[in-house]
Amino acid sequence: MKLDSKIPDGPIEKKWSSHRFNMKLVNPSNRRKYSVIVVGTGLAGASAAASLAELGYKVISISYHESPRRAHSIAAQGGINAPKNYTNDGDSVYRLFYDTLKGGDYRAREANVYRLAEVSGSIIDQCVAQGVPFARDYAGYLDLRSFGGAQVSRTFYARGQTGQQLLLGAYSALSRQIGAGTVKFFDRREMIELVVVDGMARGIICRNLKTGAIESYVADAVVLATGGYANTFYLSTMAKASNATAIWRAYKKGALFANPCFTQIHPTCIPVSGDYQSKLTLMSESLRNDGRIWVPRKSGDSRTPAQIPENERDYYLERLYPSFGNLVPRDVASRRAKEICDKGFGVGKTKMSVYLDFADALKRNGKHWIEEKYGNLFDMYHEITAEDPYADPMRIYPAVHYTMGGLWVDYNLMSTIPGLFVIGEANFSDHGANRLGASALMQGLADGYFILPYTLSDYFARTKFSSLATNHSEFGKANRSAAERLEKLLAIKGKQPVSEIHKKLGKVLWDFVGMGKNEKGLKKALKLIPEIKKEFWSDAKVIGDSDNLNIELEKAGRIADFLELAELLTFDALHRKESCGGHFREECQTPEGEALRNDKKYAYAAAWEFTGDSKEPKLNKEPLTFEYVKPSERSYK
Amino acid sequence: MNFTLKIWRQKNQNDEGKFETYEAKNISPDASFLEMLDVLNNQLVMEDREPVAFDHDCREGICGSCGMMINGRAHGKGRKQATCDVRMRNFTDGQTITVEPWRANPFPVIKDLIVDRTAFERIMQAGGFISVRTGGVPDANSIPVRRENAEESMDAAACIGCGACVAACPNSSAMLFVAAKVSQFALLPQGQPERKERVQRMVAQMDKEGFGNCSNNYACEAECPKGVSVMHIARLNREFLLAKLT
Repeated sequence: MKLDSKIPDGPIEKKWSSHRFNMKLVNPSNRRKYSVIVVGTGLAGASAAASLAELGYKVISISYHESPRRAHSIAAQGGINAPKNYTNDGDSVYRLFYDTLKGGDYRAREANVYRLAEVSGSIIDQCVAQGVPFARDYAGYLDLRSFGGAQVSRTFYARGQTGQQLLLGAYSALSRQIGAGTVKFFDRREMIELVVVDGMARGIICRNLKTGAIESYVADAVVLATGGYANTFYLSTMAKASNATAIWRAYKKGALFANPCFTQIHPTCIPVSGDYQSKLTLMSESLRNDGRIWVPRKSGDSRTPAQIPENERDYYLERLYPSFGNLVPRDVASRRAKEICDKGFGVGKTKMSVYLDFADALKRNGKHWIEEKYGNLFDMYHEITAEDPYADPMRIYPAVHYTMGGLWVDYNLMSTIPGLFVIGEANFSDHGANRLGASALMQGLADGYFILPYTLSDYFARTKFSSLATNHSEFGKANRSAAERLEKLLAIKGKQPVSEIHKKLGKVLWDFVGMGKNEKGLKKALKLIPEIKKEFWSDAKVIGDSDNLNIELEKAGRIADFLELAELLTFDALHRKESCGGHFREECQTPEGEALRNDKKYAYAAAWEFTGDSKEPKLNKEPLTFEYVKPSERSYK
Repeated sequence: MNFTLKIWRQKNQNDEGKFETYEAKNISPDASFLEMLDVLNNQLVMEDREPVAFDHDCREGICGSCGMMINGRAHGKGRKQATCDVRMRNFTDGQTITVEPWRANPFPVIKDLIVDRTAFERIMQAGGFISVRTGGVPDANSIPVRRENAEESMDAAACIGCGACVAACPNSSAMLFVAAKVSQFALLPQGQPERKERVQRMVAQMDKEGFGNCSNNYACEAECPKGVSVMHIARLNREFLLAKLT
């Protein structure tokens, strides 16, 4: 398949504006003739659905939740980037573009990243106008903080609940449209099939999670805003229901899946404490603004942190990276934590954690200051661990948190299936091999508010649509295959609860496809994953029926897809014999242990094509060219 | 730790529903309440019994999905906690724990512990927004906002829409939920143009959904996982009166 990224000509700072001018428009009175299904109501989905409805299109919004506000964007804590330069510290669109591209270790498209930086300022304006209560200084202006991978303060925040407040902003815009009747919202529906008619995405099949009914939805275009697939790893910081089914169904219908192995392991999470654990909890990266990461200099030191004097502590990030210190990007911080724990310097009961210490900040600014800035995070930590972070340092360890990979999209955010658009975390486009902090909120909202409304209009204006109803044979076919899959799951009648099998998959991925990967381990994983898949399809126990609310059936369907995706993810990791960003191949590192890219061989996005069950996927390459920022060793020293 | 659980089971909205008793064994004190239910559910699956259905998602107290009455208290007895924040170490070994869904007429039970909270959606759709379109707004710093106001607005905006306020209230009042949204916008310059219409529309929808009135029990604030203060209800009342009078 030939991949056309459709990057507009011209200098990078003119690409988006000239592209907007060249796009075809739909006359306002004609817009009501076009319809679109938006799956997912997180930042990307809610902002897109609301903005498209404001333009006059007929919008169908789908969520597996009862309310759009429950989407997992709500859990983002730290903030959102925008190069407003309100702090007069030298920020600019170009600098944000540069930082994001470098942060992604030169594995993202220049043009996309520049556009993201370019529109990000408007996001802040939009959110303020919606009534998002961002943090403010005493003069009443917006306050900022800094995040990893940047030396300027460009991160806007609303306490430790920025994602919540931005999502509630988008949700309020969406609610307004639902109330006005321009968006039809369907709650507790899970997309389980994509419908492609004459080569174009024209609808979806959903399972009504309340009644079990299989329902068909038809439209002129489909937008997937269904988030990432980090839950493939079982333990992650994702919400429990976050899943890959929508993008996986699209992949199996012909959409390419790009860079599946680019997963982000977040450095500051509460460490795993036991087998019962259902998820991991993130502590916002913003904590690294004021917290200092350290371990004892002596391995196996069992003294309490207070008993360890200053000169017997190793503030290893400050030692290794004097200019960025504790604010190195996530991939670097995570890898160093793993390395230092693997060498036996870790702390806590399991010795698999490091200290994040606020003693200096507490001394410098007082408890009240810390409370105001991080109060909810400190409370959360206290509650989960029963340890008081005001008295003792926090203990943290990395956890799977975000997936940079996703469905391949062109500059217009359209996948390889015409009419199927993919936005937010579900696509692969902007973060390369590592996402910088406070960039996920930025990308979700950029796609939904300011990019998709333009590019989708252009698609509508350029495309002829045949009239279509859900009685079309393709809907019938998709409907049947979805129903058959559900029946197949119920018919396994094995002995293990599905979550137990998911746990096994997660362990294999974490051990062999996690922070440190090597050829031997990846090959082993490629042997183990099909075995677990076999175990699932022969020994899973899914009880109940398909014609009512059935929580086990919901889980089983998602896990079945995770099992297939896990194989692709590992396959991609094995093929990419270089280290870049969050993808660390132990064979490829500098003598100092930094990631060693191979630009000659791997400066491309790996877009995988489905060729059939139990067949090897086909690799398509989109070469990445760098006209503005020359790839160099990503140094944070 | 071991627990005896008395859990409300109800097949669907039309079913009468009843308590069933289960034993949860070998639960880690560090496990969360929902993780304890996960363990129970796997055990039920193994015994060919249907697992307990409950809403949950983020499991870090922010999405607002989870919510159950634990020993008669919304989200349990702990302060400022959602059900997913509750840890088993706060119970005593061998204790009997009663678990029920939110009990309020506007929140009909869908199954077991899952209730239908879409009444909240309709209140939001009636007026819980600022009618701004995407694009064409002024620079974010063009209108300064008094820091105290921004902070208080944020206190209100912290609401997660879980419905504990309704479940805790003897009148099944949704006033804390509505007040949080009205307050958030009333405190910001951006919220001023629609200030009067907003409060009237939201209150009208709230009444239409069958939520009761506030009679100053303050149980809502006590059970609110985000500690949203009843002071916002006072503001809601003022806003409502002002809108009616002027």
